[in-house]
Amino acid sequence: MVRQAWAGLRILIVLTTLTGVLYPLGVWAVSRVPGLHSTAEGSIISQNGRNVGSGLIGVDPVAQDPEHDPWFHTRPSALAQDPLGPADPSSSGGSNKGAANDDYVKVVRERKDAIARREGVDPARVPADAVTASASGLDPQISPAYAHLQAPRVARENGLTPAQVDRLISENTSQGIGDPGVNVLKLNLAVQAMKRG
Amino acid sequence: MSPTWAGLAQVGLLLLALAVVYKPLGDYMARVFTSARHLRLEKAVYRVGRVDPDSEQHWKTYAASVLAFSFVSVVLLYLIQRLQHLLPFDFGRTASPGVAFNTAISFVTNTNWQSYVPETTMGHAVQMLGLTVQNFVSAAVGLAVAMALVRGFVRAKTDRLGNFWVDLTRGTVRVLLPLAFVFAIVLIALGVVQSLKSGVDVTNPDGSVSRIALAPAASQEAIKELGTNGGGIFNANSAHPFENPSSWTNLIEIFLLTVIPVCLTRTFGVLVGNKRQGTVLLTVMGVLWGGMLTVIWWAESHPNGPLALLAGGAMEGKEVRFGIAGSALFANATTSTSTGAVNSMHDSFSGLGGGGTLLNMMFGELSPGGVGSGLYSMLVVAIIAMFLAGLMVGRTPEYLGKKLGKREVTCAAVAILAMPTVLLLGTGAALLMPDTAGALNNPGAHGFSEVLYAYTSASNNNGSAFAGITVTNDWFQSTLGLCMAFGRFVPITAVLCLAGSLAVQRKVPETAGTLPTTGPLFATMLVGTVVLVAALTFIPALALGPIAEALA
Repeated sequence: MVRQAWAGLRILIVLTTLTGVLYPLGVWAVSRVPGLHSTAEGSIISQNGRNVGSGLIGVDPVAQDPEHDPWFHTRPSALAQDPLGPADPSSSGGSNKGAANDDYVKVVRERKDAIARREGVDPARVPADAVTASASGLDPQISPAYAHLQAPRVARENGLTPAQVDRLISENTSQGIGDPGVNVLKLNLAVQAMKRG
Repeated sequence: MSPTWAGLAQVGLLLLALAVVYKPLGDYMARVFTSARHLRLEKAVYRVGRVDPDSEQHWKTYAASVLAFSFVSVVLLYLIQRLQHLLPFDFGRTASPGVAFNTAISFVTNTNWQSYVPETTMGHAVQMLGLTVQNFVSAAVGLAVAMALVRGFVRAKTDRLGNFWVDLTRGTVRVLLPLAFVFAIVLIALGVVQSLKSGVDVTNPDGSVSRIALAPAASQEAIKELGTNGGGIFNANSAHPFENPSSWTNLIEIFLLTVIPVCLTRTFGVLVGNKRQGTVLLTVMGVLWGGMLTVIWWAESHPNGPLALLAGGAMEGKEVRFGIAGSALFANATTSTSTGAVNSMHDSFSGLGGGGTLLNMMFGELSPGGVGSGLYSMLVVAIIAMFLAGLMVGRTPEYLGKKLGKREVTCAAVAILAMPTVLLLGTGAALLMPDTAGALNNPGAHGFSEVLYAYTSASNNNGSAFAGITVTNDWFQSTLGLCMAFGRFVPITAVLCLAGSLAVQRKVPETAGTLPTTGPLFATMLVGTVVLVAALTFIPALALGPIAEALA
C-alpha cells in the first residue's frame, strides 16, 4: 500500500501538470484569439468606453423616482436585499425555497402586488417568471409576457410609442432551442438609444 | 414552438447526438483499454511514476492502487486548499479546515458536493490545480474500475485484472482530455467565460456600480460534465449564465454528462464479444431514464403546491432560457448520472419533481450512471438479478459464462447495500442532532427532504443538493464526507473483489438451461431488480419527505 501511495503521488503530480496547468492554461490561451476573447472575458457591453454590464448577466436597474420608472425590470433575485431589488453579481444562487413554504408564498404575493401596482394592471396578469427568483439570481432574460406587461409604462416614461417599444422587445428576444426570452440589459440600452434618437 | 415541442426537440436532438457517437466512441474506448501500445506521453507518466505498464495486477494490488491513489489525492487536495494563500490567483480567498476536508473527499470521490460558495472561497489556482485535476482523475478511476470488472468477465483462469496506472493514465490522456479540450473551446464560442481575472467592474445603465465575478469556467465546465463530476466554479453551478449561457450550451452540457456512460455499454458489448449484451444494458438504462424524465417533466409543468399555483408556473429556481423542459431534462440527466451539476434549484421543485430526482439517485445512479460507475453498478444489478432468477428455478446462476457462486453474490450484495446503509444511517443520525433543525431552509416535510437529499447525494456520489440546507457545521461536513468516501470506495473494493473472483474461473459453456441475457426477459428482470431494491429500501424515507409533500 505504501509503495502504491508513492507511485500514486508521483503520477498525480504528472497528471496535475497535464490537466491542472497545461489544460486550463491551454484553453485560456486559445480563448485569447479574436472571436473568443470577448466571450471568454464575460461578454461585456461597452458604451462610450465604459462597461455597462454583461450581455449574459441580469442586474435589476433601480429608478431614481419610482413614480417615473423608465426601466424594464429583470426577474427577482435571491441575491437582492428586498423582494424586488438589484442582485449583486459578485455571487450567484437561488432562493431554494420549497413549493409549500408559507413565508415565501407571502413574498411572492408581495412581489405580485408590487408589480401589478407598478404597471397598473390586475395581479392575475403578472406572469410566473416576474414573481419567482431565478436559479442563478442573475437571469439576464424575462419572458416575452413580462416584457409586454412592462412595455406601456416604459414607452410612456421614455416618450416612445408602444409600437416602437414592441419592436425593440422582439429585436431583443431570442429563443434558441428552449423557451423564448428577452434580454433585459440589451433592451434597456436599446430603449435609451432610441430615446436619445 | 410551444414549450412542449421545444422540450421534445431537445430530447430528440440529445438522443440523436448520442446515437451518432455511440458506435465510434464506444469502439474507441474498447481499443483504448485493450491496446498493447503506449503513447509517448503515457510512457513519460509511467517513467515518472516508476511503474511498469506491462505488468498486470492481482485484484488486491489493483484495489490497493485505487485506494492509495485516492488517498494521496485527498491529502494533496486538502493541502492545496489550505495553502492557497501561497498560490497565485487566490484573491484573498480562504477555505476553512471543515470545507477543505469535505471538498477534498467530495472531488476525489467524483461527488463534487459543495459546502462552500466558490466566488468567495476558492481562488483560480485551487480551481485549476486542485479541483479540475480531480474532475479528470476521479472520472478516470471510475473508468478503470469498470474496465477491471469487464476483464473479470472476459478473462478466464487468470488472477490478473490489468494495470490500474495504465487504465488511469489512458482514461485521462486518450478519452477525457481531448474531448474536454474540444468542448471547452466550443463552450467559450457559445458564451462560457475563461478568464483569469476575479471579476470585472461595470457601471449599470441606472448609474449603480457592480462587480461581476469571472473565473476560468470553460475548462472546468467541459470536464465537469464529461466526467460526471458536477462541481460549479460559480455558486449557481450550471444555472449561472457564465457556465451555461443558452439553451444550446444547456443541450451540449446534457450531452456531455451522458455521453461516456451511454457509450460504455457499447464498449462493454465489444469487449465481451457480443454487442447485444451491451445493448440490453443500454435499454434498461434508457427505460429508467425515460420513465423518470416523464415524471419530473410532467410534475414541473403542471403547477402544484401553493407557490407555483400563486405564481402561475413552477419558475422558482429556474432560468428563462432553459424553461421548464430544459430544466427537467437537465435535472433528470444530472441525477441519473453521478454528475450533480444543476441548471435549476432542485430545492424549489414540486414534491413529485424533487422526489423524482431523489429516486434517480436512490436507484443507485445507473441510468446511465457515472463515468465507469454506471456500468459497474448496472453489472452488479445484473448479478443480483441472475441470482434472484437462479433462486426461482433452483440452479446456480451464470452470467456471461461465469458461475455466480457465494463469493460473487456476496461481493455484489456488499456493493449494492453500501450506499443505502450509509444513506439511511446518515439521514437518521442527522435528524437526531439538535442543530439540524436550524440548518434547514424550509419547514415541514420539505425540510426533512433537504436532509434526506443531502445524504442521498453524498452516499451516491452525486453532488447536487436541495441547496437551502446549511451544511457548514462540523457534523455535516464530517458525516457527509464519510458518506461520500464509503459510498464510493466500499462498492469499488467489492467490485474489484468480484472481478478478481470472476477472472480466475474458467468459462462455462452455454447450455439449453442458460438464461439468455440479451432479450426482453432479462431487461425486465434488471428494471425490476433496480426498482424493487430501491422501493424496499427507501419507501419509508420517501414517504416522510417528497411523498408527503406531493400529497399535501
